Formats: sequence, structure tokens, C-alpha cells
Amino acid sequence: MEKFLSHIGTGVPLRRSNVDTDQIIPAVYLKRVTRSGFEDGLFAAWRSDPDFVLNKSEYHGGTILVAGVDFGTGSSREHAVWALQNYGFKVVISARFADIFRGNSLKGGLLTVILPQEEVEALWSAIEQDPKTSISVNLESRSVSYSGKSVGFDLDDYTRWRLMEGLDDIGLTLRHTGLVEGFESKRAKFKPKTLPVLS
Amino acid sequence: MKRLGGRMGRTLAEKVWEDHVVRSASGEPDLLYIDLHLIHEVTSPQAFDGLRLSGRKVRRPELTLATEDHNVPTLDIEKPIADPVSRLQVDTLRKNCAEFGVRIHSLGDIEQGIVHVVGPQLGITQPGMTIVCGDSHTSTHGAFGALAFGIGTSEVEHVLATQTLPLTKPKMMAVNIEGKLKPGVTSKDIILAVIAQISTGGGQGYILEYRGSAIRELSMEARMTICNMSIEAGARAGLIAPDEITFEYIKGRPHAPQGADWDAALAYWKTLKSDADAKFDKEIYLNADELSPFVTWGTNPGQGVPLSQAVPTPESFGDEQERRAAESALVYMDLKAGTPMKEIKIDTVFLGSCTNGRIEDLRSAAAIIKGKKVASNTRMLVVPGSARVRLQAESEGLDKLFLEFGAEWRSAGCSMCLGMNPDQLKPGERSASTSNRNFEGRQGKGGRTHLVSPLVAAATAIKGTLASPADL
Repeated sequence: MEKFLSHIGTGVPLRRSNVDTDQIIPAVYLKRVTRSGFEDGLFAAWRSDPDFVLNKSEYHGGTILVAGVDFGTGSSREHAVWALQNYGFKVVISARFADIFRGNSLKGGLLTVILPQEEVEALWSAIEQDPKTSISVNLESRSVSYSGKSVGFDLDDYTRWRLMEGLDDIGLTLRHTGLVEGFESKRAKFKPKTLPVLS
Repeated sequence: MKRLGGRMGRTLAEKVWEDHVVRSASGEPDLLYIDLHLIHEVTSPQAFDGLRLSGRKVRRPELTLATEDHNVPTLDIEKPIADPVSRLQVDTLRKNCAEFGVRIHSLGDIEQGIVHVVGPQLGITQPGMTIVCGDSHTSTHGAFGALAFGIGTSEVEHVLATQTLPLTKPKMMAVNIEGKLKPGVTSKDIILAVIAQISTGGGQGYILEYRGSAIRELSMEARMTICNMSIEAGARAGLIAPDEITFEYIKGRPHAPQGADWDAALAYWKTLKSDADAKFDKEIYLNADELSPFVTWGTNPGQGVPLSQAVPTPESFGDEQERRAAESALVYMDLKAGTPMKEIKIDTVFLGSCTNGRIEDLRSAAAIIKGKKVASNTRMLVVPGSARVRLQAESEGLDKLFLEFGAEWRSAGCSMCLGMNPDQLKPGERSASTSNRNFEGRQGKGGRTHLVSPLVAAATAIKGTLASPADL
């Protein structure tokens, strides 16, 4: 995973709440067996509307999506994270994310930033007033800065460290293989096994 | 907050959690051992690719089980899958399972079906287990007192490689449902009412424990329907303490423990309940006596009302975000505020999914439609949750009842629940669906979904408008 220290870019205001992962990428786009190429399915149902925010020229090149509350609800599809990343987003800001989407995003290096709803509204207004507003998201200081103002956000130390170091979770866990083996040696014998196949 | 003379009472979920901690360190997530990893064709290919790239193996193939469900056709399953992209995805799962030694139940196999129907049916879903799958409805298995939740593809790869997951312990919420359900009211109505009460974000960060006399009365299949939709309330997992109904359901199934193992398992399972002095971070209450058939009107599962009521007005929502969400939902759903729910015409009735595609669901719907005809201009699609459910239904003659009624009788899979295979709504079509999500376009681009119970689905198919059996 690439290290994430900070990101500076422009914003895209998505004034919708409850944007579920079926909206982020509908199921018919999930048939690929690769991790790339999902940008064509991003917000597919809305992309045909010329007024949809991603179709507005003033927001082209935006890398920070600022969305309504409860972003990423529903299906666990990590394709939602890949679609946002494949399209070019580096950061998503919302007042609340669904648990699974947030977990997926932070594992995949898409930074999800939780700000209070009033700060989301302020950011929406700033971007809409001037789409070229430069927004800086800094993981080191855990803050979002734009137009001379800075707002802090929470992110646990462990996740922040992992993102800043660009560490792979599997590699971290494999350091503890001895503990896993120890646990396995004590597992109850009655726990079911899928092999051999019984009928 | 330790008490004198002993530790504080623990919730069921805390007990299961603590029994699976491999490593715990201050300021880090716990490393949890995973007892069962279920996989399917859509969320696994990139995970297997990751293993190959790093030269890793599946650590515990004997704790891993694959089935084909999301992307498979429900017609002509003996022929090659027509859509080449879908076929490649299913073939990729088959190749990956062969390469990594994972058991798979493919299309045409008697154990094939929706992953959350297959696990319980095999008896491989048991109390006190940790169960994960790259599918958010993994919470279904919580009905057995298992800690079960959906994961993303990065986590699928992590579990394949290590049989563990690093996780931060969620908060605990008790969902207390006391009383007795009236006839015609089902566990689907309970969970839709819970979601309407706490909203789609209400369970975010929590594990839900469903408890109370109304829950204890439910069959295992009805309990699965409730736990299944925990994610629609925002909670990654929901569970129910195992009891005699649970043990009776498991006993004798192919993977149920046998002999001395059964006795040891049962002794452990009986300890799996929240202690009387367990502390929940939040408690909510619902009175089962007051519940009636529930349906959704909007585009998220929290936008629901009793079937006897009308489409709400956006102004009735105090919260600004909810009001705006209601306005856009009404536009998408092409509904006017104030319209009685029972006047809404339905084009397609879908009976199936991991929420309501089990044998009891098919039986209860079949009892309503028996000897009747589907409404003109309405079609009904019946998709059993697994090949075994289909066979069982056929052995009881339910297929004939549905066919004589004018419904379509299909092979097992996720089907129209998510519209990934050819079973989709056309733009503007409106469904009454026993599935779990009424999101925009979920069942097909431009499709409009009303979530309902199997009983409401059956009555609706007869009337052509949203209806309960009492309206017939």
C-alpha cells in the first residue's frame, strides 16, 4: 500500500445522504476479477444526468469527495473503494460512514475523514462558491485545511500509523503466527470443519 | 469498572469475542481467530490474486467453504453461463478453489445456494463461532449465537492468509422485543420496524443482540431473517442467544458435532448468553403486540411504515437530512405523499434471497396463494435460497402450487435481490420484494423496490397492489 501522509486537492460536493455502495457502484459492474477499471461504474446511475456533480466541468479533477451523512451503507463490496480510487479520489469526507465501507477504505488507502455535519456544510459552501478552493488533508496533524481555516478530525493512532507507513495488514499479522498457532492448538475439538466433505 | 469479588457481567457478543482473541495489545485492534470463512465468486477473485502475488497459501482450507450464488443464473443452470463476464467470474472461483484446496459447491451441486442459506443448512453454522464472508448479510449466522459479519475483499485475503482478522471491539446494543406477534406478522416485520425506529445509521458501531419473549418464540429461520438485516440498521453483526430451538435445529445436520463432541459442544453453547448484569451501551425496546405488517416506501430500508398507513410527507421529518432524503426518495419511487400504501400497484413480486428464501418462507407464501391466480399485469418470481430448499419445496409440491398460481419457479441464487444476474427489474418497474435492500436501482437500473415479508409478497401477488393476507 502507498504511504499516505497528506493530500492537497480540490473538492467535489455530493449533497446526498445515505449514499449506499449500490449507488457508488451497481452490482452489474462487479463482475470483473481485477482491482482496476471500476471507474466506469462509479455512481453509474447518476452519471447519465448532465447536472450530476461529477459531470460539471468546474469539479473536474477533484480528488476530495465531500458527501452527506451515512456514506457507504449497505453491501460490503470493496469495489466501491476501488471505483472511487480508480476514478481519482484520494479522500472522502462525511459526517458518518458505514462501518464496513470505512474499514475497506482505510485498508485500501482511501482516507475517509469524519467531520461534524456543520463542517461538511461549510466545506460544501466553500467548494460551491469557488470550485478551485484548495483543500489540504493532513494525516500527521489530523486536520483538513482550506481558505485559511483548519478543522481537526479523529483517527485512531494505530490506523493512522498504518496509513502513514503504508503497511500491509497481512504482513503485520504474520509477525504473530506463533500466537495463531498457539491459539489453534487449544481450539475445541467439536468445532466444525469443511473438509473432508460430509453428506 | 470491575466489581468487588469478580468481573462484570458480559454480553453474549463479548463472550464470543473474548473466546477468539489471539492477541490483544493496548492501542491496537484485537486479533480475532475466525472459525469459518465463507466465500463466493464476486468478492474473492482479487483476494486469491493477492495470495498468488505474495506467494501465500490458504492457511486453513478446512475452515473455508465456497459456493456460487451472486452472479449465477436461475434458469438453464445446466448450460454454460450465457454472459461471458459472469462466466469468467464463476470459472475464476472454481479455479481458485481447485488451486488452493478449498471446498466448493458449484451450480448444479445439491449443496449449492446462497452462502447464508447453505451454512446453517449444513449445520456448519454453530453457536459461539466467529464467521465471516465477503458479504454484508453474513450477520444472518448470528441467529445461532455466532459472531458473524461481512468483510471486504482485503479482509477476505487477510482471513485466507492468516485465518484471523484485526478488529476493534464494537459497542453493544440490546434490542428488546417483548410480547407476542399477531397472526400475519412475521420476523421480517419486526426487523423492518426496528430499522425504521433506529434508522440505517442507528446501529453503526454496534453489535445488536435481539432478545425478549418475542424473539425466543421464533423459529431458527425466522431468527435468521432478523439477524440478516442487522446491516440495514447499520450494524455489522446481530445475534441471538442460542437455546433449545437452536440446538434442535443443528442436531443431526451433516456437520453437527456427534457423540462426546455433541455433549462438549452443548455444554459450551449453553453458556452463551448475556449475563444478567451485563452492561449494554444502548438499549432499545419494541412491543411485538403492537406490530403489524411493515413495508418500505423509500429508497433506504429505514424508510418504512406499517402497510395500513400512507406514504409520509417529507415535512413530517424533523431532521433536515431525513427530509431531503424523503423528498428525493419520493421522486425516485414516483410516489405522492399521502397515498395509502395499499393503493400502490406492483409489477413484480420477488420471493427469495438470504433474508426470506428458506423453506418456511416458501411454505408460508404457498399457503396464501394456494388455489388462486396471480393478478393480471403482475408477475411473481420464486427463487429458493438453495438447491436443497428447492428440492424440499418440490417434495412438498410447493413448486406446483406456485406454477399453477402463475409464478415462475427458479433455481437457487441471489437473483433479483441484487440484480447481478439476468433477473432484474426494468426501468420504472415496481417490485414487492422479500429481499433486504430498496436502494435506487438495486434490483435493476431504474427499478423501484418495496421491501415486504413473504406473507405480504404472496397477498400482493394475488391483489396486484401491496396487501397483507388479511386484505384478501
